[in-house]
Amino acid sequence: MDLSLPVIHIQSIYPQMILVLFAIIVVILPLFVHNLKRELLALISVVGLVLAYFSLINLWGQNLTGFNGMIVGDNFSIAFSIIFLVGAFLAVLLSLNTVENEYLNYSDFYSMLLFALVGLLMMVSSTNLLVIFIGLEILSISLYVLAGIRKMRVDSIEASLKYFLLGAFATGFLLYGIALLYGASGSIDLVEIGKYIQANGFSGTFILAGAAMLLIGLSFKAAFVPFHMWTPDVYQGAPTPVTAFMSAGVKGAALAVLLRFVWTIAPLSKADWTIAIWIIAFLTMTVGNVVAIAQSNVKRMLAYSSIAHAGYLLVGVLAGSQLGQASIMYYLLVYTMMNLGAFGVISYLGNSNKQENLNLRDYRGLGFKHPFAGLAMAIFMFSLAGVPPTGGFVGKFYLFNSAIQAGYLWLVIFGVMNSVISAYYYLRVVVNLYMHEPEKEVAVPKASLGLSFALLIAMVAVLQMGIMSSSYFEFFRQAVIAMP
Amino acid sequence: MLDYVWLVPLFPLLGVIFNTIFGWKLKEKVVGIIGSTTIGLSLLVSILLLLDLLKLPEHHKIFELTLFKWIAAGSFAAEIGFQIDPLSVIMMLVVTGVSFVIHIYSIGYMHGDRGFNRFFIFMNLFVFAMLLLVMANNFLLMFVGWEGVGLCSYLLIGFWYEDNNNADAGKKAFIVNRIGDFGFLLGIFLIFTTFGTIDFTDVFHKAAVNFHVGDGTMVAIALLLFIGAVGKSAQLPLYVWLPDAMAGPTPVSALIHAATMVTAGVYMIARTNVIYTLAPAALMVVAIVGALTAIYAATIGITQFDIKKVLAYSTISQIGYMILACGVGAYSAGIFHLMTHAFFKACLFLGAGSVMHAMSNNTDIRIMGGLRKYMPATFWTFLLATLAISGIPGFSGFFSKDEILWQSFSSSYGNFWLWILGAVAAGITAFYMFRLVFVTFYGKLRADEEIARHVHESPKTMTVSLWILAGLSVIGGFIGIPAIFGGGNRFEHFLEPVFEKSAAIRESAMAVHGYAVEQGHSLEWTLMGIVFAIVLLGIGLAYLMYIKKTDLPGLVSRRIKPVYQLVFNKYYVDEIYNALVVQPIKNVSDYLLWKFVDVKLIDGTVNGTGYLVRFAGRSLRTIQTGFVQNYALVFILGVVLLLLYVVFI
Repeated sequence: MDLSLPVIHIQSIYPQMILVLFAIIVVILPLFVHNLKRELLALISVVGLVLAYFSLINLWGQNLTGFNGMIVGDNFSIAFSIIFLVGAFLAVLLSLNTVENEYLNYSDFYSMLLFALVGLLMMVSSTNLLVIFIGLEILSISLYVLAGIRKMRVDSIEASLKYFLLGAFATGFLLYGIALLYGASGSIDLVEIGKYIQANGFSGTFILAGAAMLLIGLSFKAAFVPFHMWTPDVYQGAPTPVTAFMSAGVKGAALAVLLRFVWTIAPLSKADWTIAIWIIAFLTMTVGNVVAIAQSNVKRMLAYSSIAHAGYLLVGVLAGSQLGQASIMYYLLVYTMMNLGAFGVISYLGNSNKQENLNLRDYRGLGFKHPFAGLAMAIFMFSLAGVPPTGGFVGKFYLFNSAIQAGYLWLVIFGVMNSVISAYYYLRVVVNLYMHEPEKEVAVPKASLGLSFALLIAMVAVLQMGIMSSSYFEFFRQAVIAMP
Repeated sequence: MLDYVWLVPLFPLLGVIFNTIFGWKLKEKVVGIIGSTTIGLSLLVSILLLLDLLKLPEHHKIFELTLFKWIAAGSFAAEIGFQIDPLSVIMMLVVTGVSFVIHIYSIGYMHGDRGFNRFFIFMNLFVFAMLLLVMANNFLLMFVGWEGVGLCSYLLIGFWYEDNNNADAGKKAFIVNRIGDFGFLLGIFLIFTTFGTIDFTDVFHKAAVNFHVGDGTMVAIALLLFIGAVGKSAQLPLYVWLPDAMAGPTPVSALIHAATMVTAGVYMIARTNVIYTLAPAALMVVAIVGALTAIYAATIGITQFDIKKVLAYSTISQIGYMILACGVGAYSAGIFHLMTHAFFKACLFLGAGSVMHAMSNNTDIRIMGGLRKYMPATFWTFLLATLAISGIPGFSGFFSKDEILWQSFSSSYGNFWLWILGAVAAGITAFYMFRLVFVTFYGKLRADEEIARHVHESPKTMTVSLWILAGLSVIGGFIGIPAIFGGGNRFEHFLEPVFEKSAAIRESAMAVHGYAVEQGHSLEWTLMGIVFAIVLLGIGLAYLMYIKKTDLPGLVSRRIKPVYQLVFNKYYVDEIYNALVVQPIKNVSDYLLWKFVDVKLIDGTVNGTGYLVRFAGRSLRTIQTGFVQNYALVFILGVVLLLLYVVFI
């Protein structure tokens, strides 16, 4: 009998290990040192993020496989992981603001954030469905906690509970899908399942139903319509930095898994699958944008906007090309920057628990009273709307370009029409910032250094990606998965 | 130093950013100093660049630096990159040098203006855009700068926008320039489709290798680009915006509408010289337009009473000379005149600003007079610049203008008629400039008590700038003394690498046609003498009419009333354009496009869609009840539909 020892390659999970270590440090340290300032905890978390970043960069190009194929350290996973790290970094900086001083326990917050990040990294760095599932659960449970971390607030608890209930519901489908795929093909690895399907065709009730349920589970996480109903309530109730992190990170991980899934199992070769995804993308864009118009709460408006953006990203999945993959990564990075930036401004303008200044009317005239925050918000809104010379424009251009090359002209036409609709509610914020007299005196606290820094980074990045897009895009082109 | 060229446009941009963010709260002085210092630093770097470039061996004076890839879409690629060669360095020096002086002047001139900070932001932005224009290594980036300076020009012409006339003048400049820019853009498109690239080096190399002299495509490209130059450099027939542009603050007129932006067309032709040399037919058009503009605008200059308007027409006329120089293939002579003109015309405009400062912002020379006594510094600098523009031997304008006139006669593209137009225009120039000097600074002050009481010399920041520019107007020509005076024409020699492809093309073309190149020095002396005599005649006439027999001008204008009226009213060109172009377009847009297409068709559709979307939004919103059960229901609905569709159908 031939016994082969499993290949471990422990360095392939160094980033995850570093993050877990720091998550534990952050949660244990306050037990020994009393009266720790949150700034210090944030700093420790940032150190963890930076170390994880370098260990990721170290893996770049090595294409390591660890734990006997359970962990895949390809460029694809590293690129996504870096985007998540950037998102977590900005979220940590956002948490330093005045309005966020009402969490009961900061060490919990930072540790959960790091654990959520570990979940994200696990999800993107495996083709094994069980590992992906474990990553998803690490992520989800951390997020349930994070959403409800403002324990004295009803809406925060409500957000946490709703997210948990519906999340559990969706996870059931995901797990059921995995089970069905395993039952049909005899494997829980996407690559192996892909081989089975190549041999036997993408057909059979088990395979089809399993794939559909996997899609449903991921759709829930990415907030695709009609699995999006939780999004506005949860996004509104969760603390702003958490919302910001969720909107970019979770969406990204779900899309990364979806990309691996459609690439290895290749359902895009089957017409009714593409039509199904086409419809979901169309609905997601349209419902997100149309309902966003009717919102007067800025945070809720951005929640719907994030649904719409999930739709744009799905267009890139449908393109089914390497161009589409790179476009998704590019857009995800821009989206991380501009969306976290926008949420950062929201957090900046919030005063306290009682007075968060979330209504659109509170933004009137703020552009002149707070020029920096006003300018930042304007730039993020223009970028979200996809106006040049911001990164949002270039990102949309790449996404739609990849879809056109794949022949989805009509979907792109609808996408562009959706952009027009979205311009209405994004620019309404800018109009309120600069073209209306303030109705009442809105008290805004002094911005923390961390938040200002985060806004500055996001602003510069959004503009830089709009003007010097090529170098970023070239980077992401090296990160696509090869043709199966 | 060459690796740091990006510093040159960076400094003004930093000035823009800094003053935009902090300038509103800072003192005038700080804003002014920051605005000027950033330009000063750019000037410093430019000078170091020049020194570096001079050290390089003869034929390696072209240096390219790519900062990053800007756009890559299919086969189309554009870089943010700079090309540093003798031509661009000279332009950078002219732009940063003159702007530096004018910025310092503006600190005094704009003192107390409500828009002081806004003024410096726009001026710095202008310098940034202008530097992009002259430093770009491809057509697209050049176009960005080209549009950027246009934008700043618009913003600064309408700087005092509370007065509707100023805002209208800004719009006029913008719209007329659009016609030119349209041609320029089409030219760039044609370049891309012809060569498959928009990079200067590649385009000119491919043009020189793959196309022969007289090729139709080259003529088309050259003419399209020339439309852009005509608009930007205010040549016939698109010059109408420049006189109106005098509505802006005087430093703006000096910097943008005399020294730098309006000469961008000349720079562009010189930059694309290879294409023009390949298209002799286009060159002929260029030369004729330049010569006609030179004499046409000069005649209008005789009759104007607004000190800035006279200088504006003078600018149009002088750029005519530069365009003429390009048209006869004497690109370096055109650039030489561009440089000297920048010195003396900026000096004249700043002098005019100084005069306006003293005259409570009046610009009518009829109420001036005798200002020599009150403001000696302004007078002397103005006089020196006038001597330069009139082409008195020894002053900078003489060398550059003489070079152009000689080339327009002797070059293989030149002929007697171009020369005579230029020579007569030189005489007229001398006449109207000395008329301006005599009426403004000599005789007795004709202003009323109120204004007369306030007449005073301008503050130091302004007079210092005047002296610097006057000094340059005097000595600026010495770097290009032609061979005939025993000079080596170092200026032309320095520029040679830029034009060497053109020179090669010309030589081979001439070899085919067997054209005799050599013209004797005696002929050059003769022509120079004739031109000088004409100039002296113009000055003498001005002296006679405005110093000796001051009733003569009235008499003459009455005697030839119809002609005088025609010229005084600027040949009624504005009225003709208004009747033939503006009104018809207005009518079409008013009745057809606005009241029908826009209001009924487009607004109707847009508003209808808007209502529909908002209605849909409100209805969909009601589904969001807040109950988890409902959410789960929608979820399940989605699951059922998907499974049904994917698995069972």
